[in-house]
Amino acid sequence: MDWNFIIFSALKIAVVIGVVQGMVSYTVLAERKISAWIQDRTGPNRTAPAYVKDIPVIGPFLIRLGIFQPLADGLKFMFKEDFTPAGVRKIYFFLAPAVAVIPAMLTVAVIPFGSMLGAQKMVIADLNVGILYTFGIVSMGVYGIVLAGYAANSKFPFLGGIRSSAQMISYEISMGLSVIPVLLIVGNLNLSGIINWQADHGWLVIYAPVAFIIFLVASFAETNRTPFDLPEAETELVGGYHTEYGSMKFALFFLAEYSNVVASAGMMVTLFFGGWTLPFWGLDHPAQSLGMGVAHILVFVAKMLFFVVLFIWVRWMFPRFRYDQLMDLGWRRFLPLALVNILVTAIILWMMA
Amino acid sequence: MIVNRKPLTFWERLYLPAIVGGFKVTLKHAYATLIQGKKVTMEYPEQKWAVPADYRGAPYLVKDQEGNTKCVSCQLCEFVCPPKAIRITPPGPTGQSADRTNAEKMPAEFEINMLRCIYCGFCQEVCPEEAIFLQKDYSLVGSSRAEMIYNKEKLLALGGTHGGIQKWKLKLEEAREQESFPVKL
Repeated sequence: MDWNFIIFSALKIAVVIGVVQGMVSYTVLAERKISAWIQDRTGPNRTAPAYVKDIPVIGPFLIRLGIFQPLADGLKFMFKEDFTPAGVRKIYFFLAPAVAVIPAMLTVAVIPFGSMLGAQKMVIADLNVGILYTFGIVSMGVYGIVLAGYAANSKFPFLGGIRSSAQMISYEISMGLSVIPVLLIVGNLNLSGIINWQADHGWLVIYAPVAFIIFLVASFAETNRTPFDLPEAETELVGGYHTEYGSMKFALFFLAEYSNVVASAGMMVTLFFGGWTLPFWGLDHPAQSLGMGVAHILVFVAKMLFFVVLFIWVRWMFPRFRYDQLMDLGWRRFLPLALVNILVTAIILWMMA
Repeated sequence: MIVNRKPLTFWERLYLPAIVGGFKVTLKHAYATLIQGKKVTMEYPEQKWAVPADYRGAPYLVKDQEGNTKCVSCQLCEFVCPPKAIRITPPGPTGQSADRTNAEKMPAEFEINMLRCIYCGFCQEVCPEEAIFLQKDYSLVGSSRAEMIYNKEKLLALGGTHGGIQKWKLKLEEAREQESFPVKL
């Protein structure tokens, strides 16, 4: 019974889940604000808890930035009526949001968000098969949506759930295949090992750009974000698979979607952009001091935030893909491209050896 | 008509021009909103919109220039109101008579339920005395249903003075003008 390990792991889990949930609620705010700026309007700019307006300069500035809006959102979700529609199977109805949230939370367990802090590794589970674990868990995310669509006893959520499950399994294949060139180049499935390789040889996005692009687009499709958001398209399916769900259950679906976004951004940073390393200022070896450890964590969070902003930005750049166009892209364009990419990478590596 | 649909070039099929164009458009709008401050949001309640001239807001009773209540309790507005929001209690043979000499009677009680009112303007159209007008008030609030039933005092206080449209005077002027210019045939 290694109490040291258990206590520190529990502490890491608590801190990571807290930070990820905090990031998720502020990602919702960031999405509302950035979407508003792109659409020539201001986002939420009025929520103010008591007495904040009276703080001299910072108070009104923060209120206009909408910083306190997630608090209001949280309160709203707690106070709304959590209804159950008639004719649903209660077990599935209650289980669906949980099955959607749990894989989203589990994927952050292997992402290294720093190097070392003191004597503790900054990753909750330093698995030697990190990437395999991630893809397994992401595949389980399909179940939540399918169950949600089926349990709602209504046509539109059902269609939304079916479309979403087909879309997710199509793009999972391309996503998995696109990471294989990364593994061929690095030779190690351990995520910390991949980061160390990138610290020595430069970022993997330069060695495998096509793999990065396929992974990026497949992440958009996996998290049901525009332009692949047919399952929750408001103009087509009312709300898609989460139409019939009320306050707390809807909050859990929302949480699951944005946790998936944050986790996908984290994976992209780890696999292709060097994780917590930067090529200058001595930030590319594991930290020796507490200050460097914290600096590594901040570098990782900054890179992840850039990708989250990219997710939000891309939402307003493209019209939505039609369902047959989506399937066409997944099976007839990305799958052959990923396979050819593996072949070409293997040939180049063989010829260089 | 036949729309000319050219086949897509190689780069267009890769969606690359669309992606670059998308980045440019969104960045331009975000820059205009954030840095230059151009936004289309109207910050209500600090900024309010300008109510147009014929706006149908909340209906209120009006007084004329001498301060007399114009309503004579004919109950036409009560009968024409589609959601039956107006309720008038006529004075009856023994009730209080009007407060001005050229009117026969005035209502003992005049209530409009603002929650039922649909702001259609029929009461204003039908009133023979031009005593009720739909004015520019659009944001009515109350904390109970009873509070939103406005009685005569409140309606008169909110209505203010309104000379009326006096359609007959307008028609008289138009008829006089017609005698001085030739009517085209």
